[in-house]
Amino acid sequence: MKRHRNATAPGTDTATQNTSAAAAYNLFDLLSDEIVFAILDFLAASNPLDTKSFSLVCRSFYLVESRHRRVLRPLRHDHLPRILSRYPNVARLDLSLCPRITDASLALVSRTSSADSLRSIDLSRSRFFSYSGLLSLVLNCRNLVEIDLSNATQLRDAAASAVAEAKNLEKLWLGRCKLITDMGVGCIAVGCKKLKLISFKWCLGVTDLGVELIAVKCKELRSLDLSYLPVTNECLPAILKLQYLEDLVLEGCFGIDDDGLAALQHGCKSLKMLDMSSCQNITHVGLSSLISGAGRLQQLTLAYGSSVTLALANSLKMLPSLQSIKLDGCFVTSSGLKAIGSLCISLKELSLSKCVGVTDDGLSSLVIKQRDLKKLDITCCRKITDVSIAHITSTCTNLASLRMESCTLVPREAFVLVGQRCHLLEELDLTDNEIDDEGLKSISRCAKLSSLKLGICLNISDDGLSHIGAYCSKLTELDLYRSAGITDPGILAIASGCPDIEMINMSYCQDITDSSLISLSKCSKLKTFESRGCPLITSLGLAAIAVGCRQLNKLDIKKCHNISDAGMLPLSHFSQNLRQITLSYTSVTDVGLLSLASISCLQSITVLHLKGLTASGLAAALLACGGLIKVKLHASFKPLLPQLLFEHLEARGCVFEWRDKEFQAELDPQCWKLQLEDVAQ
Amino acid sequence: MVHLIITRKGQVPSKPDEVLTQQQQQLITADLTSIIVQLISTAGTLLPSVKTIGQFGQFTPKPAAVSPEQQQQQQSNNSMDVEHNYSTTEEHEEHEDGETEHLPPGSYEILQLEKEEILAPHTHFCTICGKGFKRDANLRMHMRGHGDEYKTPAALAKPPTVKEVGSAAEPVIIKRYSCPFSGCKRNKDHKKFQPLKTILCVKNHYKCNTKKFSVMADLKTHEKHCGRDKWLCSCGTTFSRKDKLFGHIALFQGHTPAIPPDETKTVVALAPTDAAAAANKLADGSGLATMDFNSGAQALMDFKSVDDPAGAAAVASCFSPLNFDSCNFVGGFPEFNRQGFDDSEASFSFLLSGGSCNYSSQKTGGES
Repeated sequence: MKRHRNATAPGTDTATQNTSAAAAYNLFDLLSDEIVFAILDFLAASNPLDTKSFSLVCRSFYLVESRHRRVLRPLRHDHLPRILSRYPNVARLDLSLCPRITDASLALVSRTSSADSLRSIDLSRSRFFSYSGLLSLVLNCRNLVEIDLSNATQLRDAAASAVAEAKNLEKLWLGRCKLITDMGVGCIAVGCKKLKLISFKWCLGVTDLGVELIAVKCKELRSLDLSYLPVTNECLPAILKLQYLEDLVLEGCFGIDDDGLAALQHGCKSLKMLDMSSCQNITHVGLSSLISGAGRLQQLTLAYGSSVTLALANSLKMLPSLQSIKLDGCFVTSSGLKAIGSLCISLKELSLSKCVGVTDDGLSSLVIKQRDLKKLDITCCRKITDVSIAHITSTCTNLASLRMESCTLVPREAFVLVGQRCHLLEELDLTDNEIDDEGLKSISRCAKLSSLKLGICLNISDDGLSHIGAYCSKLTELDLYRSAGITDPGILAIASGCPDIEMINMSYCQDITDSSLISLSKCSKLKTFESRGCPLITSLGLAAIAVGCRQLNKLDIKKCHNISDAGMLPLSHFSQNLRQITLSYTSVTDVGLLSLASISCLQSITVLHLKGLTASGLAAALLACGGLIKVKLHASFKPLLPQLLFEHLEARGCVFEWRDKEFQAELDPQCWKLQLEDVAQ
Repeated sequence: MVHLIITRKGQVPSKPDEVLTQQQQQLITADLTSIIVQLISTAGTLLPSVKTIGQFGQFTPKPAAVSPEQQQQQQSNNSMDVEHNYSTTEEHEEHEDGETEHLPPGSYEILQLEKEEILAPHTHFCTICGKGFKRDANLRMHMRGHGDEYKTPAALAKPPTVKEVGSAAEPVIIKRYSCPFSGCKRNKDHKKFQPLKTILCVKNHYKCNTKKFSVMADLKTHEKHCGRDKWLCSCGTTFSRKDKLFGHIALFQGHTPAIPPDETKTVVALAPTDAAAAANKLADGSGLATMDFNSGAQALMDFKSVDDPAGAAAVASCFSPLNFDSCNFVGGFPEFNRQGFDDSEASFSFLLSGGSCNYSSQKTGGES
């Protein structure tokens, strides 16, 4: 934003020159606002930064862009006055990047010209505001329909009563508002009659009375999240009377049990999504009475609940619309899976991650009829072998997403089948598997592949990866964490074959050198770059990334010992979009850290075990980086810096995390995996 | 009627251990209660025939489930006079219908203790003046000051009960207590004054009002009798139980829970002043941040001056638990708040004019 402002001056200069030279004739003046707005819509869809460039062309473009923009997501709260006056038609104000939003900030929002157009505000990451700020906001922004107050742990019932003044409110998130009680919820129930969505997740002060009143007063409710509330069976009858209720989340409601559910006259007919994860006291008995008659149910989540037996599976019949079942972390039996397979035949999504008891027999009979299956998650199903994979690949040829981290008994040959039969795969997670280069070669046939995770695959090498680089041109995400067989040629293949790559992780691929980084610098869309523990990388490679990848947003170069201040200087100059950086164990000193202050977006830094960092250098850097939200520091700095400094930074919205781990030397990858297996056993 | 009693009298003692079904017992109890009431009303006419009443006095307590002590006491006092009989019945009734006590004004003596006296951790109280003591021995020494009858060795050995005093001396003057908190319903100057019955009531009631009760769980049950209802609706109705309030709100359109005033105050000013203080103390490198904090604090003050009077007015009028009787209708509904918002001066002065609101308006004034 700071740069933005600086750049405006030359922009207007050229505009005036143009008008004088080109006889004050602008083709864009002939276009109506609607057409220009349509063009801008396309611009914004392809890359938000392009609209920024557009606004810098000339004064009229600047004005058009100001009128066009509907969504604002400011990086700093101190920009608020300027941007609110610049963009009068903003409908959504996302303040999730501004930790410090005071009552004054909210009063400012409510006073600007955009107050009438504002429909949605996100305060989920903001602190420091209270009852009075909220009251002025809702009283002045009469068209507000969405307020996200999640994590506002400081708010009390008075704040809830202020929210209740927003008579047109349709969506309200109150997650983790722990101090709000039934009284506040009662105010909201009475005040916000048009509510369609409300989330009470972790609102520990809300009980049956509040929930019941919401259900009685807000008849329009579509979506209700009661996760981890201390509610009991008593609130259920009122909830089930809601005529339009579609989404109901009862995750972790320990107070609801089979007896209460069995007493219900009827289930909820309109229900489309039901989440009963971690409900320890509900078995198939309660479930079947809750979903009896719920003919429109599409999505059912029973993660970490009672065991998936034949009886539970039988309660799922008469659900013709069911498309998604999530049973993560449950104990499952083969007969249960078999019954689900025969009762639910039009599944699109199935999740069995971390389930105990998934065998080849059970899984095969479950998927045998699921021709429409799009998403399958069998993470950590450690008993399945190539038999399951053969069944899955032969039936579910439409799979778009397959996640099978740590299926350790699946042999390397099985992955060839995945590539041969599932051509439509877009997301593939093969972390910690036996896949080898043959498998990768086969998978390279999936031309739509956009996300590929190959972490801890010790059998793959550059040969396999070069096939991916050659054919999977849509790849945006590649994870090679601890896949030690990968070196520069592999990365080069990816860099030249996958121009859209946005995220790459090559941590602990120890043979990676600067040439990999130089080749990756061609990928201009790269946003996340992680190369922990690559000792051969130097400042030179980092400089190439900084110059080439201007959209870089997250950088992790922990344990790259050879990166020094020389790498930080180009970074601070070119990577103006950097938000998050991890510099632990590098050779960066005070100078390098201080230079980062010129990146105005920078919000999170982790600086542990920097030998060249002094207390005063750190203090200067912390003060200079005005937008910091999160700083991870070694505990040894705590006594070295004045307490007042920390208080000041915390008042700006910064959170400190203190670590006191000893300096750790690195293990080699093979040894690391052996250690991991020791722990697993 | 006398005939009826006599027949009953013949029945009951003749088979005292016979199995009387509950229904029968209840029937008898109901009969007798009505008889008692009738008897009292006709007491004046029956006065000459002392004998009948003596019999009655001997008999009544037995089926009417009075504590055994009282039975004993009454049986031992066979030669009880009419007046005493009258007072025991009255006491009995009082116990039955808890707080709805309707003593005519002037029929009792009002005692009002000092605040310090109430809050002191005393357990022994003088039945005459209400003064409290930590030790019973000190109370007994204190009692000597109330007259010669307390100076006897017997009186010093064991504190006399009210009844004994009453029976010994002239008819007892009923004592009731007033809360020293002016504006409180339990204060003797309140127009709807409801006296507190015992010194223990005073103690607990006063703690309710000074908000020290939250740690004392047993006070919750006591609240009912103290006239301090915790759950308020915007319409001014108060409830002793939260579920009753929510039932009420579910039933009526436009009614909403009223949030106690202390919640709106605590958070408001904290964060910005902190930040401003930190910014002032620390001469930091980035001028941007300092400026921001100053402007932030200033903006907040502006904001307060715009919004707070109305907010405070709403708070003062709507949420003060102590005076909802007299003025809750002013700010109880949110709609009224809005009016106050436009013309904050007017609403504020209106509040100040209300006599019983003094306390709360002072409080909010000090706050802003």
